[in-house]
Amino acid sequence: MFSNPDLQKLLFGRLTLDAVPLHEPILLVTFAMVGLGGLVVLGGLTYFRLWGPLWRDWFTSVDHKKIGIMYIVLALVMLLRGFADALMMRAQQAMAFGANEGYLPPHHYDQIFTAHGVIMIFFVAMPLVTGLMNYVVPLQIGARDVAFPFLNNFSFWMTVSGALTVMASLFVGEFARTGWLAYPPLSGPAMSPGVGVDYYIWALQIAGIGTLLSGINLIATIVKMRAPGMSMMRMPIFTWTSLCTNILIVAAFPVLTAVLSMLSLDRYVGTHFFSNDLGGNPMMYVNLVWIWGHPEVYILILPAFGVFSEIVATFSRKRLFGYASMVYATVVITILSYLVWLHHFFTMGSGASVNSFFGITTMIISIPTGAKIFNWLFTMYRGRIDFDVPMLWTVGFMVTFTVGGMTGVLLAVPPADFVLHNSLFLVAHFHNVIIGGVLFGMLAGITYWFPKAFGYKLDPFWGKTSFWFWLTGFWFAFMPLYILGLMGVTRRVQHFDDPSLQIWFVIAAFGAFLILLGIASFIVTLVVSFLRREELRDLTGDPWNGRTLEWATSSPPPDYNFAFTPVVHDHDAWWDMKKRGYVRPVSGFNKIHMPRSTAAGIILGMLSIVFSFAMIWYIWWLAALSFVALAVVTIGHTFNYARDFYIPVDEVVRTENARTALLAERV
Amino acid sequence: MAAHSTAAFTADDFKGPGDTPVFHDAQGKHHPEGGTMLGFWLYLMSDCLIFAALFAVYAVLGRNYAAGPSPKDLFDLKLVALNTSMLLFSSITYGFAMLEMEKEKQGRMLLWLGVTGLFGLCFIGLELYEFHHLIHEGATPQRSAFLSAFFTLVGTHGLHVSLGIVWLVILMIQVQMRGLGDENKRRLMCLSMFWHFLDVVWIGVFTFVYLMGVL
Amino acid sequence: MSVASEDLHTRGSGRDVHEEPGGHGTFRDYMTGFLASVVLTAIPFWLVMSDVLGNPRLTGIVVMGFAVVQIVVHMVYFLHMNTKSEGGWTILALIFTLTLVLITLVGSVWVMYHLDTNMMPADHGMHMPAPQSTPTEPGVAAPAPHQHQH
Repeated sequence: MFSNPDLQKLLFGRLTLDAVPLHEPILLVTFAMVGLGGLVVLGGLTYFRLWGPLWRDWFTSVDHKKIGIMYIVLALVMLLRGFADALMMRAQQAMAFGANEGYLPPHHYDQIFTAHGVIMIFFVAMPLVTGLMNYVVPLQIGARDVAFPFLNNFSFWMTVSGALTVMASLFVGEFARTGWLAYPPLSGPAMSPGVGVDYYIWALQIAGIGTLLSGINLIATIVKMRAPGMSMMRMPIFTWTSLCTNILIVAAFPVLTAVLSMLSLDRYVGTHFFSNDLGGNPMMYVNLVWIWGHPEVYILILPAFGVFSEIVATFSRKRLFGYASMVYATVVITILSYLVWLHHFFTMGSGASVNSFFGITTMIISIPTGAKIFNWLFTMYRGRIDFDVPMLWTVGFMVTFTVGGMTGVLLAVPPADFVLHNSLFLVAHFHNVIIGGVLFGMLAGITYWFPKAFGYKLDPFWGKTSFWFWLTGFWFAFMPLYILGLMGVTRRVQHFDDPSLQIWFVIAAFGAFLILLGIASFIVTLVVSFLRREELRDLTGDPWNGRTLEWATSSPPPDYNFAFTPVVHDHDAWWDMKKRGYVRPVSGFNKIHMPRSTAAGIILGMLSIVFSFAMIWYIWWLAALSFVALAVVTIGHTFNYARDFYIPVDEVVRTENARTALLAERV
Repeated sequence: MAAHSTAAFTADDFKGPGDTPVFHDAQGKHHPEGGTMLGFWLYLMSDCLIFAALFAVYAVLGRNYAAGPSPKDLFDLKLVALNTSMLLFSSITYGFAMLEMEKEKQGRMLLWLGVTGLFGLCFIGLELYEFHHLIHEGATPQRSAFLSAFFTLVGTHGLHVSLGIVWLVILMIQVQMRGLGDENKRRLMCLSMFWHFLDVVWIGVFTFVYLMGVL
Repeated sequence: MSVASEDLHTRGSGRDVHEEPGGHGTFRDYMTGFLASVVLTAIPFWLVMSDVLGNPRLTGIVVMGFAVVQIVVHMVYFLHMNTKSEGGWTILALIFTLTLVLITLVGSVWVMYHLDTNMMPADHGMHMPAPQSTPTEPGVAAPAPHQHQH
């Protein structure tokens, strides 16, 4: 391109035209699809003149409800990408036997399993959890927004930047070929000299900043902004699990930041933290990364537990059984989750005392978790259970997750782990708890709170279809992996020689296909429900006969959530209000103090992408420039003291009167 | 705090006439307390865990000299003592600035903040001098795992102090521009926490890295 | 001292300013803290630089002890930690964090020490350059009982 290689290096670092993988047919098709899809979306936005509203009402909004919805949209989009990776892996493993090499060469297959893990954990599960917490927690505690509304917007855009960075690796360069935790020395400069691991590092670092800040934000919100009367032991269980999850986030993510920084130093500067020579120790990386990694598992599952607790109580028409024990179980899990990390590397060679300590602590965790399962069952016992879609997910979870939990206890036995480590048994186990726990929980939560967010319920027929495809698909996809794992088949293998294994992989691929139908049905649910929204409309704000405060306000809630701050007397605050004949106030409204929208978050997010891209490709001038720009925007933002405004009384009165009219019409 | 924390209002504070329970705050009595100080404290706790990870790495790798220089060969405790005193002085001068802030004496507060910043700069200068000296002697971060861990731990602390100085300068400008409003006071208190927190980390650094290193 | 919040609602409350207990100290507090810190810094430096105790292990323990005391002094006099500020949440967060710091430090050292004793040949005099990554600082390292597995 340039006759002078020095000039090219100065301008573009190690980025050349060869970095765009035009020679890979699969990627070319992906390019075309993404390009076409992108054009349709952009064209549609332009045609319907949606750019302005999108920018004003969503991208720059500091409203926790909108940010929550945007998180979930991000997660669902990334779910499609992550699941496409999963399908490709299942297809490859189902066909690559003997002489058949399959259609994915190893270097591509390795990128796919890495990207699948990274995307599913960091850019699907995490945004789902954060999004749901963002949407629901302020409503459940009777607050008008989170403690730091701008920070919330900023956190969201940092997560988006991370996700976009991972997506960019698809089209420019490559992604890591190391597995989702990028263990050195494989991820070190000698074994992975390309840009893949750098994409990995910068995507996670940027998204990690967002996650950490949103964790701080939600803790401060829950601690400081609860409605009067809501003592700690009157908080809804979902709020409790959110609090514990965010505590885990604030306490765990710094370790990930630190360990990835050290890996970056090894790669960029040539230090010797995790190298094999000059005193470095790769196992220290494994140790530290799991000090973050194990709490991360509970960061994902605790909010799901919270969702199920809310749903079980609502659809059984009963108070949650054992509220206090649920709270204590959550807190105990929070603390214990820091004492088990070594069970991820029993085989690394520690002695018996270390392994048995961590084996025992791991087994102990199953006790509070089991207590929760019993609490849910006892809540259902003698309840008048409505098997609406959220409840189906909940029952499906209880059956599936318990199996996953038991295989987890099995893996907690070090000798058993020595046999099963890195086998497909492990893969089956963690998919069992993450799909059966986190994903079912988040889909249950989305179905449950969807009417609150959009004012109409999701279509139950397609919701049930989605549920049954997911459930059966899960069992078909992962039970064969347990069997294969017990036979000794290891994970991350691109090709097999033993033809007798093939049948199990074919069954697993069939399961993945069923899950595809489940995802498709979920999308159909969204579309059909939108088309039928007038029939499914919820005018009351309380479509499920709910128990907690979010159901006290309209669906969707006004910007300010509550015209008057609620006063709480019970942990089922809204149920208590309904039972004791609460009458909604229709006059006496005041102006309401609210935070102002700002573009600083999205600007910082986009600059972060530029910065990370420049760092990944060694384009030093651009890195310096974008870093300076980041600093200038950040500092500039601190000079903005006008961050709030008042919703005038008239507007509050207008909004509330409209609701009064709607409610009257209904009766 | 008493009158303002959420905990201070119980549902009983909203009793209606007679014994009818009240379910909303019609008079607008309830105002959640600002979460900034708590939020910033939580950030500091997370920072503390970054340092914990770096200390853990130093604890594990800190004796892996790879036949290179060891702390005994490298560390000059007199320099470290001088450096420590800079940070200690900056702590007390920041304290004085906070005392002036409470008395609403903006000029004197700015003066003390300036002094604090200068002590901070001296600290950073001495640290850079030390690093330069080490690298000049061939004790680079690339030399051994011990030196990687040492430079990263001490350097991360130094980076924090540098950021603190930048923040300090920005805050001085903002106080000049807008006076000692409530928001600026809150920012000054956050920086105060940040600054003193870095002191605490430094206690760990000079004890664990320098003093125990040369033993 | 007044802290009004940029966060929601507070500004419109008509009581912008409220007491923030434990947010700051008095001149006396700062001076006490400063003088204590000077002493608590000077003694360990003196102990190490002049090798007063003549026993590295003992010196290490004593120096660590001084550090712990000095950290507490800083927390109380400079960071104004007490059990009441922010409704006890700051001290709770601190205790939780310190627990995790301890778990991270002791846990990592323990785990990695074990790895080394099991993985490395018994004599460390191989061609590996100083592979002994076992910190022997008392108090921090707290090495687990030695394990011999052959």
